[in-house]
Amino acid sequence: MTSIQDAAQSLLKTAIGLVPARWLPGGSPDPLMQKHGLIGAPVSRLDGALKVRGKARFAAEVPMQGLTYAALLHSTVARGRIVALDISAAEAAPGVVFVMTYRNAPRMASPALMNTKPKAAGTSNLPVMQDAEIHWNGEPVAVLLADTQEQADHAVTLIRVTYETAPAITDFDAAKGSTRVPANILGEPPSIERGNAEATLVQAAFQVDCTYATPAHNHNAIELHAATLAWEGDKLILHDATQMVNNVAWTLSQIFGIKEEQVHVRSPYVGGGFGGKSLWNHQILAAAASRVSGRPVRIMLPREGVFRSVGGRTMTEQRVALGARSDGKLTALIHTGTAAMTPHNECPEQFSFPARHLYAAENIMIAQRVADMNIVANTFMRAPGESIGTFALECAMDELAEAMQIDPIELRRRNEPAKDPTSGNEFSSRHLTEAYGRGAEQFGWEKRSATPGARRDGEWLIGMGMATATYPYYRMPGGAARIRLTADGRATVSTAAHEMGMGTATVQTQHIAERLGLAMDQVVFEHGDTALPPGSMAGGSSQTASIAAAIIAAHDAFKAALLKLVGNDSPLAGLKPDAVEARDGGLCSSEEPDKHETYVSILRRAGREELVAEASAPPPLEAQEFSMHSYGAQFCEVRVSEITGEVRVSRFLGSFDCGRILNAKTAASQFRGGIIMGLGLALMEETHRDPRTGRIMNPSLAEYHVPVHMDVPKIDVIWTDIPDPHSPLGAHGIGEIGITGVGAAVANAVYNATGKRIRKLPISLDKLL
Amino acid sequence: MHYIINAQPMDVIADPRTSLLDMLRDNLGLMGTKKGCNQGACGACTVLVDGERINACLALAVQYEGREITTVEGLSGGSDALHPLQSAFIEHDGFQCGYCTPGQLCSAIGMLGKIERGVPSAVTADLSAETMALDHDELRERMSGNLCRCGAYNGIAEAITKVHAKVPA
Ligand code: FES
Ligand code: FES
Repeated sequence: MTSIQDAAQSLLKTAIGLVPARWLPGGSPDPLMQKHGLIGAPVSRLDGALKVRGKARFAAEVPMQGLTYAALLHSTVARGRIVALDISAAEAAPGVVFVMTYRNAPRMASPALMNTKPKAAGTSNLPVMQDAEIHWNGEPVAVLLADTQEQADHAVTLIRVTYETAPAITDFDAAKGSTRVPANILGEPPSIERGNAEATLVQAAFQVDCTYATPAHNHNAIELHAATLAWEGDKLILHDATQMVNNVAWTLSQIFGIKEEQVHVRSPYVGGGFGGKSLWNHQILAAAASRVSGRPVRIMLPREGVFRSVGGRTMTEQRVALGARSDGKLTALIHTGTAAMTPHNECPEQFSFPARHLYAAENIMIAQRVADMNIVANTFMRAPGESIGTFALECAMDELAEAMQIDPIELRRRNEPAKDPTSGNEFSSRHLTEAYGRGAEQFGWEKRSATPGARRDGEWLIGMGMATATYPYYRMPGGAARIRLTADGRATVSTAAHEMGMGTATVQTQHIAERLGLAMDQVVFEHGDTALPPGSMAGGSSQTASIAAAIIAAHDAFKAALLKLVGNDSPLAGLKPDAVEARDGGLCSSEEPDKHETYVSILRRAGREELVAEASAPPPLEAQEFSMHSYGAQFCEVRVSEITGEVRVSRFLGSFDCGRILNAKTAASQFRGGIIMGLGLALMEETHRDPRTGRIMNPSLAEYHVPVHMDVPKIDVIWTDIPDPHSPLGAHGIGEIGITGVGAAVANAVYNATGKRIRKLPISLDKLL
Repeated sequence: MHYIINAQPMDVIADPRTSLLDMLRDNLGLMGTKKGCNQGACGACTVLVDGERINACLALAVQYEGREITTVEGLSGGSDALHPLQSAFIEHDGFQCGYCTPGQLCSAIGMLGKIERGVPSAVTADLSAETMALDHDELRERMSGNLCRCGAYNGIAEAITKVHAKVPA
């Protein structure tokens, strides 16, 4: 997501004179991307035993002496100011250690907004408990610390707050009436025009012109947002549940006016993130309350507290209009719309991104606007933009195929572009038609009837639908890695990366072992700690490529340092770093593999206990040279009850083209996890807000429905496994592509089953009756 | 209050408002049992009480005084080896972040006990059947109280099915 584009663009301007990274034009591709050893192997998670024993320590589980437990009180109005505060009963309640409100909170700078500075993590730049002003319904207005969670939860209810309310914009339908154009959409222009799409549309032989609506969503990671923290003098020790340790450390240091090194953040295990675990008020407030009270603090937001004070995916209204000639070629593609946002964040939900890259339309018009509302700041949630943008675009493609009476896959094939339709760049690696073909074959697409309502099984109408999946390739700047080789021939590789279940630690251990020519059990991958070389955030499906690039850079430095040690007696004497490769626990000559010496032998002869090499990844210029994206085709079969309108997903298959897959087992889970969140998006997920008060009305897992076991059929996932020659390891991130296209695949299947087009998510049964 | 937790007798002093979940986590430091909602909606806090699965967040600790409680830490019976279901979860990738996992494991073990005892579920067709088959729908119905936001449902179902198949009927 993010500053990536901004950062990469500014880096590009100063890049003249830089040696191209090996995956840029002019560099020689990484040989590992073609190797079939550990890379790609279905290795089980290395942290598996720890997790099934319940021994992985999450943020709220780190022991600390003299711990206090925090509870937050949330505003019940959307805008206004606090005019009276009574904390006396709360302070007098048993076990209460400290009550903090704007009156006694320490002075803190406002968080720097994510994407505005390289290490900013703020999700809103509003002041945090610095004055009497209220900005959203649910904003924390008091923090209470007590000796037990029970005491804190009770005492916080004794605080009395009186508000003077001010007019607030809390209804998206009303807010849509006054919109603005954001300065940019994650560094991309908010609008693009190629030719004259509106004029072409009205003349087109075939046209569709539809409006789609998508609601707010919450990430709802099962691990609640939590932190355990303490101040040691002027140093903050924070055990956090976060997907951006370095960014959290830097941003907190700015907030508290201390040096970045004075904030130590650890987050080795995170119980799911999906974009939601960045820096929100609770960490800042817990740290502030700890500083003033002098006591360590554990804060674990209740589920309702997560809904109130952590934002999710915003609501959108989107128009997609398509015009086509009778041969199926698109003459006009229009994707416009509005996303709800706040004046205090920068997260315009890039729903128009898929339309910029997917189809070869002759005339294209893209335009995104935002509507400011007084609600909790929305944020990135799994495939922000692409998840719901593909819902609109891919439903419209289905509607066009229906109007033209051609197969939906065939329509997409006819519009497969040779170059990126808006940037004009070459594609680095695009095998989407192969993904369509393989997916259609394995799913049995040919059995689909083109006529809606043609298949039934008793009361159940059966339909099939498909949609294209797409998500950009991102690699974040700023990551580094360190390789430490010890005299026993073992290596530890360290970078402040994040393991939230993606399989990061396992996959990078495979990578390192292969790159160093070691067995996996000779390698340790350290992560999740700001004491390590900096990592980039786990966001935008960027982490795998970002870490891989840092490790490759560190490995280059490692080889150079090792060769300096070999001396004249080694078979490696006189060889340059680019003339050697790793094999069997040591290095060998690339030309003559028999010239080999083990790491143990090299270090012993040099009289060294260890060798340490650290380097930073080169800037992500590859994404400026090429149009780099992941692709896929989602296939869905649904059964819809004619009597109740209930939709059951009976079969699902995702066919992906995401570069080289690094671990077949964990990758399959990533794809499935994305697809399942997509089933939630399609059929049940919706954060309900009272339009009058802006209060979230279903802040619980009982009323915000996510897919459960019974909602999920066996999901097949397949992939092309074709390496992208222009990315580290030939890999693309795969954490988000899985959710894209799912909403449309389900909606298109529902249409095929029932003949009803549902253009407003979720496809709940009331819309089908 | 006295309990037998993971086969160990234990005495605990706790606020009477303390849930069984908070007692395990905060008073005893048994952090394996997870809190995902604290209101009975997610199943992350599932533990076994005398072999039956319950949501520990919905139980007051005092209610279960004197009972035998098994948490994820006790599934392997105190040995270093894993319970077969724990191994199967690793083999079939029945988790990603691992946060729902202790609850899924305890829930599955309690659920298999019910199958063995012939206790029907909402999707059981023949309520009078002597023995209960664990087909895909039975399994999914009976595990639907355990949410996994990472979406490891396929792997969880595979792991449970494999382990169940090996249990002598
Ligand atoms: S924590 Fe008990 S059911 Fe969610
Ligand atoms: S593994 Fe993450 S919630 Fe289930």
